Amino acid sequence: MNATADTSAANAATAFVNIGERTNVTGSARFKKLVLAGDYDAAVEVARQQVENGAQVIDVNMDEALLDGELAMTTFLKRIAAEPDIARVPVMIDSSKWTVIEAGLKCVSGKPIVNSISLKEGEAVFLEQARLVRGYGAAVVVMAFDETGQADTAQRKVEICERAYRTLTDDGFPAEDIIFDPNVFAVATGIDEHRRYAIDFIEAASEIRRRCPGAHISGGLSNLSFSFRGNEPVRRAMHSVFLYHAIPAGMDMGIVNAGQLDVYDQIDPELRDACEDVILDRREDATERLIALAERFKGTDEVAEKAAAEWRSLPVAERLSYALVKGIDAHIVEDTEEARQQATRPISVIEGPLMDGMNVVGDLFGSGKMFLPQVVKSARVMKKAVAHLLPFIELEKDEGAKGKGRIVMATVKGDVHDIGKNIVGVVLQCNGYEVVDLGVMTPWTKILETARETDADIIGLSGLITPSLDEMVTVASEMERAGMSLPLLIGGATTSKAHTALKIAPAYSGPVIHVLDASRAVGVASALVSDGPQRAELIDGTARDYQALREARARGGPQDRVTLEEARANRFRADPAGKAPDPYRPGSHKFADWPLRDLRAHIDWTPFFRAWELHGTFPAILDDPVVGESARGLYRDAEAMLDRIVAEHWLTARSAVGLWRCWRDGDDVLVLAGNEPVRVPFLRQQVRKREGRANMCLADFIMEEGEDWIGGFALGIHGAEPHLDRFKAANDDYSDIMLKALADRLAEALAERLHHHVRTYLWGYAEEHLSNQELIRERYAGIRPAPGYPASPDHSLKPILFDLLGGAPADLQLTESFAMMPTAAVSGFYFGHADSAYFGVATIGRDQLEEYAKRRGVDVEQAERWLRPNLD
Amino acid sequence: MTSSADALRAEAARRILIKDGAYGTAIQGAGLAAADYCGSIGLTRDQKGNNDLLCLTRPDLIASICEAYVEAGADVLGTNSFNANRISQADYGAEELVPEMNVAAARIIREVADRYSDKDGRRRFVAGALGPTNKTLSLSPDVNDPGFREVDFDTVKATYREQAQALLEGGADFILIETVFDTLNCKAAIMAALDLAPIMVSMTLTDLSGRNLSGHTVEAFWASVRHARPITIGLNCSFGAAQLRPHLAALSAQADTLIMAYPNAGLPNELGQYDEAAEQTAAQVGEWVDDGLVNIVGGCCGTTPAHIAAIARKVAHRTPRVAPPAPRRTVLAGLEPMVLAA
Repeated sequence: MNATADTSAANAATAFVNIGERTNVTGSARFKKLVLAGDYDAAVEVARQQVENGAQVIDVNMDEALLDGELAMTTFLKRIAAEPDIARVPVMIDSSKWTVIEAGLKCVSGKPIVNSISLKEGEAVFLEQARLVRGYGAAVVVMAFDETGQADTAQRKVEICERAYRTLTDDGFPAEDIIFDPNVFAVATGIDEHRRYAIDFIEAASEIRRRCPGAHISGGLSNLSFSFRGNEPVRRAMHSVFLYHAIPAGMDMGIVNAGQLDVYDQIDPELRDACEDVILDRREDATERLIALAERFKGTDEVAEKAAAEWRSLPVAERLSYALVKGIDAHIVEDTEEARQQATRPISVIEGPLMDGMNVVGDLFGSGKMFLPQVVKSARVMKKAVAHLLPFIELEKDEGAKGKGRIVMATVKGDVHDIGKNIVGVVLQCNGYEVVDLGVMTPWTKILETARETDADIIGLSGLITPSLDEMVTVASEMERAGMSLPLLIGGATTSKAHTALKIAPAYSGPVIHVLDASRAVGVASALVSDGPQRAELIDGTARDYQALREARARGGPQDRVTLEEARANRFRADPAGKAPDPYRPGSHKFADWPLRDLRAHIDWTPFFRAWELHGTFPAILDDPVVGESARGLYRDAEAMLDRIVAEHWLTARSAVGLWRCWRDGDDVLVLAGNEPVRVPFLRQQVRKREGRANMCLADFIMEEGEDWIGGFALGIHGAEPHLDRFKAANDDYSDIMLKALADRLAEALAERLHHHVRTYLWGYAEEHLSNQELIRERYAGIRPAPGYPASPDHSLKPILFDLLGGAPADLQLTESFAMMPTAAVSGFYFGHADSAYFGVATIGRDQLEEYAKRRGVDVEQAERWLRPNLD
Repeated sequence: MTSSADALRAEAARRILIKDGAYGTAIQGAGLAAADYCGSIGLTRDQKGNNDLLCLTRPDLIASICEAYVEAGADVLGTNSFNANRISQADYGAEELVPEMNVAAARIIREVADRYSDKDGRRRFVAGALGPTNKTLSLSPDVNDPGFREVDFDTVKATYREQAQALLEGGADFILIETVFDTLNCKAAIMAALDLAPIMVSMTLTDLSGRNLSGHTVEAFWASVRHARPITIGLNCSFGAAQLRPHLAALSAQADTLIMAYPNAGLPNELGQYDEAAEQTAAQVGEWVDDGLVNIVGGCCGTTPAHIAAIARKVAHRTPRVAPPAPRRTVLAGLEPMVLAA
């Protein structure tokens, strides 16, 4: 927990405190129903939503005739005490019965607020209750109510509050712990005496603040608009207008529906004026006018919805275009159907209005006015429209319609990662291309076969892990052997222009082009399918480019490397003092279901935005002048999906950890996880280092003499498949990509949390107090290098690691290229030495390759295949 | 004679005061057998480890430990009554002895304090110690039933009231609510003792982020107990002095009263023993004093008269902390504080 940051934020004094009203049985029918049914799990969620929506205090009220108020109050308060993300805010114990209040006070551990006490039954009872409130360490709301009744006029409100203030402060009650509620009553009731209720409150508030220094003013807003119940837009407008005037007068707390307050400036001006007339009692006919106006706003919600209603009255072609650009799928099927009935042929709906709309999207995206998340949303709308039209098109047996071009896309054999490929696919579809998506783990036979059968114009290959690079070379070679000539596009996180130029392009005589990201895909594809000169320009230009790269590489000769023997002589010598102590809890540990809520709090968001091709650092990216709006929308959708992932437990986070004794044997580490030591070989840097820099190998972080300790881990986020299937069935690429990207983030968060748990508890060598930001920046001792990443680039260590962890740790499976399934997974080794650090092995020499093959007990060809990315 | 509270404040304005150290360490060192604990009291259950019972059965031993701390320079003397409450004593079947135990606990320390004060004219203060009990009001012991509580507020309050009354009868000057891991237990203790005597409150942190077991940050804790108007607020036990420092600084900046802190002798080693040397603890505590964070310092688990003497030497003639003025603002608290401008 990041206590320091939280408290400093909280210490900045607040100007207006939102008190959440939804956990009040008198105000929320839903909450009442839940409590009456004894469904406290769901009732607790209501409180959580309040806090998430910005409530700074939560009001809890159980005053309902059918309830045992004391029991309900104490049960609920104990339940929320067990939820740190709710219990972090203070509670307002709200009841008209003192016994319920006192029972509540006995369950709340911080400093709560009691709501309320008053002079209704005289000073003696008032003081007795106030003393108890103080004894329990609470602040108190005092209602403007005395022996003769509730205060209605400004004068009575002030008199009663001032009397209460003197009575309390004379008795030693701290002035700053007094909060007055001068009664918010309903206005616009049609009764003349009620006309000044709002303005009386506002005037009284300012006078009470003047006469009672230190005290606060609060009020429940829902009363104010009671005569407009059922008409939320008007009620919200009234509340906003009221606060706009009451806050400057001194009202600094209010019981409100947090997250449902309109911004004063954004209220429809006509409605705002009418509300103001009522609240400030500015016109004789204010009430009548507001009632008349209210009818018009009934059912409409926000300003946005008014605009929304307007676009619904546009001609159908424009509605389709609007829906595509805005990514609104609510009416797309009915609009598509309407367009189909007007069209001569169903296909012309696609070729006409839908493509026009997508062209707008494509232009906006191309000119940087729209960003990937919105494009993917637009594509979802497009897909739904097309899905509706397809059966009609089939009926017409309209063949050969392949839009601008047909592209076969696949993640290659052995690899299971497809977020990037899906994004490229969506972007291409948005731009009028037909995409035949073969999914993941696609063997080359299937790719070639499909390309032939569908008469494809382009093949696109994707992969994330390094062995996929090799598989791409295989696909290129097979295309060559089959005598194909169509262009081959290469993309994915580990692919590069250099690898494409040096390894893939020479294997295939057709055009081979590396595509850096989704936004470039359209340009490349459109050039390749065009009949104009741009096709040759792109192909020839790229070929020249790659040729130059190859020549430059050849001229550069072999990298300046030292022999393995020299590299070993220049090994890193770890300081024995930095050796981590023996683990407190050696052996294996399993975590079958790490709380998603905890992982969510530790998500590193920056890579999430990068996955959507929004570049910038979180949270600054949310306010970025260019991509900020897009990032905010994406973040909002991500948070909404996370809410469901957590609440409905879509995913399960599993992990396994082992901490084992080990010994060093050259560049190998002998690990004792079972009865027999297991050899784990690591690779050593061979690039020539400047003076004072060592040729690193992970084994260097294990002591050369005697016994040491090493750890291993594997983790995965399970359970996404049924949801992904559901999204696929609904043509919802946006949610599909979103869920995968979030699962990846949760896996990374779990890797961080688990490493932290290992450092501070299981191995227990570290005492840390780091914020999430510091964790992301890896400001801690110890590393967790993963097989397949720069410090230990050989993916084939994963089977060894998995065996050490007992086989299929965290229920993970490996493909033949050692990709982990599910894809949201991380595995690696733990090194605890204080000097351990990440590095890249980079290219190695033939001598190390041959020795490594011996150490692994495989032939050199096998080792070559494993280590290809690290060979010249 | 001036009231104990006024006298303590006056003395604390002049110099850094010294609190005593741990009793457990010294009692362990005495190597007592079960029979020594039980003495002639006919209790059926094994009493070995019931250190509070020693106030009745070995008052000489408790007095001698206290004397060692006074000799080391201690001004504020805690009673040996950490578990002398009905809830904790139930484990030993010794609930009925709770009143006697506490009267004796306070009497022993009072006698030593007065004896030395008569000798050198320097006033010593007796702090009647209330431990946290072994039950918690804020947390459920049953993970499957988060709403369950093993004990209720009124029971805890009554338990503390019985103990506090007995301690005051035996001559304690203050009620020291110490090692608070559950803020609600502390609030029950405050409710029990508020009308009896001046209160001292000392929180213990259970994780390095600076929260106690019930999850409160030090600032939220201060907001939750400030109504006790304690003469001292502070931290004890938790970890060693080095790790306590940032949290002590946060508390010191907010609390408009004296700060008393008494850390452990470092962190326990692999065998659960505290082995931080006296000079090392004293050096850390000395840094708090240099930074103006504290008024009263002493020791908790693992500290010995040697630690206290080293601390006393280190802080002699140093300037005590000056409390910040009472702020005019409202501080509410959940697990975290919420501040409203007044």
